[in-house]
Amino acid sequence: MRKIKEYQTINKIEGPLLFVQKVESVGYKEYVKIKLPSGEIKRGQVLETSKDFVIVQVFENTQGIDKHTYVHFSGETLKMPVSSNMFGRILSGIGKPRDGGIEIIPEEKLEIQGEVINPYRRDVPKDFIQTGISTIDGMNTLIRGQKLPIFSGSGLPHNELALQITKQAKVRDSNEPFAVVFCAIGITQEEAKQFINEFERTGALERCVVFLNLASDPSIERIIIPRMALTAAEYLAYELGYHVLTIITDITNYCEALLEIGAAREEVPGRRGYPGYLYTDLASLYERAGMISGKKGSVTLLPILTMPSDDKTHPVPDLTGYITEGQIFVSRSLHNRNIYPPIDVLPSLSRLMNQGIGKGKTREDHKALFNQLYSAYAEGLELRGLINIVGKDALSKRDQRFLDFADSFEKRFVKQGRNENRPIETTLDIGWECLSKVPEDDLSRVPKDILDRYYRREETEHKGY
Amino acid sequence: MEMTGHSKGAKVYRVSGPVVVVKDLDGRMYDVVLVGRNKLKGEIIEIDSDKTIVQVYEDTDLLRPDEPVYDTREPVSAELGPGLLTSIYDGIQRPLDVISLEGNFIKRGLEIPGLSRDKKWHFVPTRNVGDKVAAGDIIGYVDETKNFRHGIMVPPNVSGTITEIIEGEFTVEETVCVLDGKKNLQLMHRWPVKKRRPIKEKLWPEEILVTGQRVLDTLFPIAKGGTAAIPGPFGSGKTITQHQLAKWSNADVIVYVGCGERGNEMTSVLKEFPELIDPKTNSPLIERVVLIANTSNMPVAAREASVYTGITIAEYFRDMGYNVALMADSTSRWAEAMREISSRLEELPGEEGYPAYLGSRLADFYERAGYVETLSGKNGSVTIIGAVSPAGGDFSEPVTQNTLRVTKVFWALDSKLAHRRHFPSINWLKSYSLYQEQLTPLLERDFPGWTENKTKMMSILVRESELEEIVQLVGSDALPEDQKMIMEVARMIREYFLQQNAYHEVDTYCNLEKQHLMVKLILDFSEKAMSAIEIGKKVERIIDLPCRAMIGKIRYEKDYQEFTEKISEMIVKDFNSLLRGEED
Repeated sequence: MRKIKEYQTINKIEGPLLFVQKVESVGYKEYVKIKLPSGEIKRGQVLETSKDFVIVQVFENTQGIDKHTYVHFSGETLKMPVSSNMFGRILSGIGKPRDGGIEIIPEEKLEIQGEVINPYRRDVPKDFIQTGISTIDGMNTLIRGQKLPIFSGSGLPHNELALQITKQAKVRDSNEPFAVVFCAIGITQEEAKQFINEFERTGALERCVVFLNLASDPSIERIIIPRMALTAAEYLAYELGYHVLTIITDITNYCEALLEIGAAREEVPGRRGYPGYLYTDLASLYERAGMISGKKGSVTLLPILTMPSDDKTHPVPDLTGYITEGQIFVSRSLHNRNIYPPIDVLPSLSRLMNQGIGKGKTREDHKALFNQLYSAYAEGLELRGLINIVGKDALSKRDQRFLDFADSFEKRFVKQGRNENRPIETTLDIGWECLSKVPEDDLSRVPKDILDRYYRREETEHKGY
Repeated sequence: MEMTGHSKGAKVYRVSGPVVVVKDLDGRMYDVVLVGRNKLKGEIIEIDSDKTIVQVYEDTDLLRPDEPVYDTREPVSAELGPGLLTSIYDGIQRPLDVISLEGNFIKRGLEIPGLSRDKKWHFVPTRNVGDKVAAGDIIGYVDETKNFRHGIMVPPNVSGTITEIIEGEFTVEETVCVLDGKKNLQLMHRWPVKKRRPIKEKLWPEEILVTGQRVLDTLFPIAKGGTAAIPGPFGSGKTITQHQLAKWSNADVIVYVGCGERGNEMTSVLKEFPELIDPKTNSPLIERVVLIANTSNMPVAAREASVYTGITIAEYFRDMGYNVALMADSTSRWAEAMREISSRLEELPGEEGYPAYLGSRLADFYERAGYVETLSGKNGSVTIIGAVSPAGGDFSEPVTQNTLRVTKVFWALDSKLAHRRHFPSINWLKSYSLYQEQLTPLLERDFPGWTENKTKMMSILVRESELEEIVQLVGSDALPEDQKMIMEVARMIREYFLQQNAYHEVDTYCNLEKQHLMVKLILDFSEKAMSAIEIGKKVERIIDLPCRAMIGKIRYEKDYQEFTEKISEMIVKDFNSLLRGEED
């Protein structure tokens, strides 16, 4: 082992970066402690190393650091203490307790960078997770080991949605242990309070590990915190056998922090000022979701991001969409019409859904019903656009029924209470109820045997034809 | 390959991610070096007086200045020989199945050869002692799988007279043949990945690569040896299309490069392909596939290498006289890897931060495709199909534009079609193929009327898009009957022909004959319908004819020949009774 060394040779301080001179062979990505004259200790990481100088990225703010500050190189990468006693704990961006409790007594210390899962060892995700939310369970089913982001916008209730999922998510008919790792990046004090109060009130905290970085905390910490959370999730999943749902909110804040560091390092920017390695960097987070053959647990990832001015071509949602296995769109227009959760099922997609639904998993009618609801709703919305031009009277009877269907789909199926936890059967039954407005002949996407078993024509309207 | 190399005092000077500056290394451009105490594999990409810049294919965490650097004096090469098929490699040809014996995660500094050193293959010579052989000549073969004969070639740059050649069981490293009493040939040889393998000449491609996907084969065909780009925003079905091509194309060998894509996707290829049966050979489809998996979270420099590794393996099989198809998903990630390395080198950027040489690198890559005469006089081909993931779905970005300049087929994926659940969501108005003409003679020979029918079908689709604009303004009721009929026929083309269900046992693959018959039926119906309209029959009557719905069922029919005959009789009958007025 190399002798651990301390230096007092800071030459330049710029933003979150320290340039330290005359150091002897410091490793790339080495973990750094910075001792201020005041006695305060800050932490950082080596961003670039060379014979002449080392660039250190400080995780906290650099206030108080001067040229006489000691920089201490640890000789190893940043590690995180993990333990089976983490449940119910609230930790900061660098893994320190935030709840006034004692420090985590480590059972193991793990590298936060995470290693690449060998694709040869991965298991194909195929087990259904019930969130109790119809638009997700019925139309964009979440599967164990999947990475399924929520695309939202500022002012939309994605945090409520995240809370509700945290409270309600479970794997059905299974006694396998289930845990939630909740990672908040750059959220406000108020939001944090709301999350923690809700977790405590509902008892969800008991199966949760919470990582919290507030908007007022140094932005650099935001680079570290999701990696901390994912390391904890991997430990719970692969070492202790938990099925871990990891919720990260808000990825956009994370990307802003990356942009900030890139700018401080005077890097050549890629699209819209974000670093050229944004895709690779996001992938190093998202790809940590998955299942490993022979291991009991799994890591399911539900990142939440806010699209700047609801633009899905912005680099953050765009690159995310290319890496993740689908996306859930939160819609401003549904929200404005007071529909909660305002999930727009049309642009939403779960790529792994087909593997996890149907007979023996959810219910035999799920696939057909989903296809039918999707196409009927799409048709209904198209007609809604049309009546703005030609008026409602110009529509045929058939068209009117699809319009009615779209309305009832939004009011009955999409809309639900903030504490309403719908089992998948209820979700599917509501779907059939909405379809009862449409005559059997127009349900072209459902096979005959399924129709016979599940479809009921709405009685009252029947006389009309 | 045992990589040792010499250090001679070369030391790490600076580390910034995958870019490492080495001092006092007297190396050659693009040679492999081993960096640091963990011997991380890297490649020399720039030499500047006493400093050498190396891109490292693995994580450089905790790499320190002053660690030793070893020069192998060998360019980055692929191992070529029996054992490639059914393999899954990372970007620098390390077998992931062998790596997985070391654990669930990929560790650093692993040095595992691409071809197994223990496995014995049965070599059968086809040439005799005393024969003069030249570079590229096949001297014998190994049956690599039940249906695949792997030709053992004299490596490029070698020639002579056979003085010894032996049949028997050999590992890839054992000598099977000696030239001129001194040049030993093995079952495998190595080739630098960035150097194209020599050929006699490029030929004019005139044979279609049958993909079994109707919209591609009929409307926008690709030639064996051609190049195609599939750009599309996320969720538009790029990967499914690539998988379909890998499964059903009539190439002899498929090289599938998963470049910076999802881990779960590579896994599903691994699990799904062995279960699918190749209709031609009745063996699992995986037996003709070489997989290269560089997932998005693997080191970027290896991602840059993965595409070269893939194309080199493809060229090798081509040299045996095979038709090879290479799928690269996605070339945008490859371009981004270049951008990332370039930015670490502090090079002056071109558009959107991409390096200025983006265009020439893409052109170099696609130019390695082609229908060729090999050194030994056989015909072989490499077809390249590259997926592009344009940022924000905007086709005007640099990677898409540079790719379109060098590829001859453009399959434009359209997220609007995908949202309407129209799959494969290839936009028929934006896509094109520049091979149409050169493929015509052979297609016409086998299916007379092919080109004319295709043109007719396309013009109906174009007419539909024009009429749609009118419908948007005035509603469909305002159209005259004949235009309404055109819209209906176009709908039949879209729903019965262009749409194809990748998950349906029969519909997932459609051979050329079936495509041809389907087009003929639809056009037959269309012609009869138009003449019925002319004499005053109503559109509603015509679309209610039972034969119309039956045309939609052909796609799911395995015994399509009999079925189409039945339908064409039905069309005649239905229209006859319509014209006689019995229907009214």
